[in-house]
Amino acid sequence: MFKNLGSSRNFLGLMFMLPAAAFLLLFLVYPLGLGIWLSFTDAKIGTPGQFVGLDNYEWIVGDSKFQTAVFFTIFYTVVASAIKFAIGLYLALLLNKHLPFKAIVRAVVLIPFIVPTVLSAIAFWWIFDPQFSIVSWTLRQMGLIDGNINFLGDAWNSRYSVIFANVWRGVPFIAISLLAGLQTVPPSLYEAAVLDGATPWQMFIKITYPLLTPIIAVVMTFSVLFTFTDFQLIKVLTNGGPAGATELMATMSYNTAILGGRIGEGSAISTAMVPFLLAAIMVSWFGLQRRKWQAGGTDD
Amino acid sequence: MTDTRVAAAAAPSDMSEGMSYLSTLPQRVVRVYMPLVMIVIVLLFPFYWMVITAVKPKEHLLDLDKHNPYWTWSPTLEHINDLLFKTDYPLWLWNTMFIAVSATVLSLVASVFAAYAITRIRYRGAQWVGGAIFLSYLVPPSILFIPLSTVVYQYGLFDTPFALILTYPTILIPFSTWLLMGYFKTIPYELEECALIDGASRWQILTKIILPLAVPGLISASIFCLTLCWNEFIYALTFINSTENKTVPVAILSAFTDGDQYRWGSLMAGALVGSLPLVVLYAFFVEHYVSAMTGAVKE
Repeated sequence: MFKNLGSSRNFLGLMFMLPAAAFLLLFLVYPLGLGIWLSFTDAKIGTPGQFVGLDNYEWIVGDSKFQTAVFFTIFYTVVASAIKFAIGLYLALLLNKHLPFKAIVRAVVLIPFIVPTVLSAIAFWWIFDPQFSIVSWTLRQMGLIDGNINFLGDAWNSRYSVIFANVWRGVPFIAISLLAGLQTVPPSLYEAAVLDGATPWQMFIKITYPLLTPIIAVVMTFSVLFTFTDFQLIKVLTNGGPAGATELMATMSYNTAILGGRIGEGSAISTAMVPFLLAAIMVSWFGLQRRKWQAGGTDD
Repeated sequence: MTDTRVAAAAAPSDMSEGMSYLSTLPQRVVRVYMPLVMIVIVLLFPFYWMVITAVKPKEHLLDLDKHNPYWTWSPTLEHINDLLFKTDYPLWLWNTMFIAVSATVLSLVASVFAAYAITRIRYRGAQWVGGAIFLSYLVPPSILFIPLSTVVYQYGLFDTPFALILTYPTILIPFSTWLLMGYFKTIPYELEECALIDGASRWQILTKIILPLAVPGLISASIFCLTLCWNEFIYALTFINSTENKTVPVAILSAFTDGDQYRWGSLMAGALVGSLPLVVLYAFFVEHYVSAMTGAVKE
């Protein structure tokens, strides 16, 4: 009977899946469920906590800090993703042209994606320094501004500064992924379009964009996901300041649960991200994805 | 007649350049090179600034008007020296490397088995499992770290390297399984059938046929996993408490943010040294990086 088991497809499959399944169940599925449970309790660091129903949610919804965090998280995601998409697509189109040293240029473009975010965020922190910012210095030398720009000390300045850093970090990923998509577009389509007298803009709208939509959908889904759940950049650059202006839901949940010790409320904040995430994924997935035949692919 | 002959002779070189012969050089300079150069400068400037700050003497750092901030004629290694010999930086670097390599090895082993089982053993429900693994890739660490911190505490892993070595695979396994599934699918099924007829076991097929053929995929997956581990911040920040167990991104942030005006030199040196191993790795495996990144997106 054991021999029979050993040769069975399902048993063998189960054995092969075991290591991966163990990791994912223990450290992903279980914590995910636990997080939702914790959000209904008044757990503190060190105490398991009692079931309190929707108390945590009622508390965070009425909290003006949370409202600001939700507003800024959405603002951050929408603005940064839109800019990243525009610049990333533009960069991909540029890189798709016939260029000298193309391989090197492409490799260089990807560097911001390789370097750990925290470390490049530290560089941005220095660039955005209130007193010794190189950007302020340069603009002052050019005579464009009189005083230093308070990049991270003013609510809206700091918001735009962190968005800039996020765009800087995200553009290479989008550009290189879209470039891979562009390279699969058959050149004969463009040749035919040129013969028919199409302008470059028409070629972009009628050929490039439709053929690229499937990959745009995937890339933007990932980009929205990672922007919405961003933590590192804000933690390093502003730590949510000034006065909570750049607090994201992720940093707020960290401050509440880990620094403040209120695990229950922190879990409620991070669980509250889930519906937003699902909505964002839905929008970028279904909104952008056209039928697959446009990419010449099958439906698998 | 001569015209057609000239055109025919010129054709091969034109083919290789696509349709770029349709635009003139000045047009290309304005439409392609200038925007490209500007974007590349913006993308690279923070690194340039990191490097130049790391080698500037202390007194030049905070005096932008007396010394041109964009360049220095008296580079110094004092920041890097301070970093390597007066702080625990080498230890943090070692921690980061140890954790990244261990987590990558664990995840790759698990992913190879899982990907092989899903694509080739095709047990009942394999497709659903594949989909579930992709979904788990979409679960971000920032909604998991709070419950995970209690789990890590329960298992007694808090403040040990194992807290990170065992949790990082949850980020790495979905990605590398997905990537390896793509690679395994491209290996012809006939090879396996031949081996099965010759009496090879599943284990022999995996180690002698599939893995050697999937080496490019394994390299892509492993360097991408290493990068992700090196990059990881939120788990390392939450699960590690004592200075000697920290990884570079977390340690550097707490070690040099003590309000010292002159900390920028050491901060930038730390960021630079912390990024270098990845950049060197990247320089050797650019193609694998790109294929890992785009491979995961295309599927």
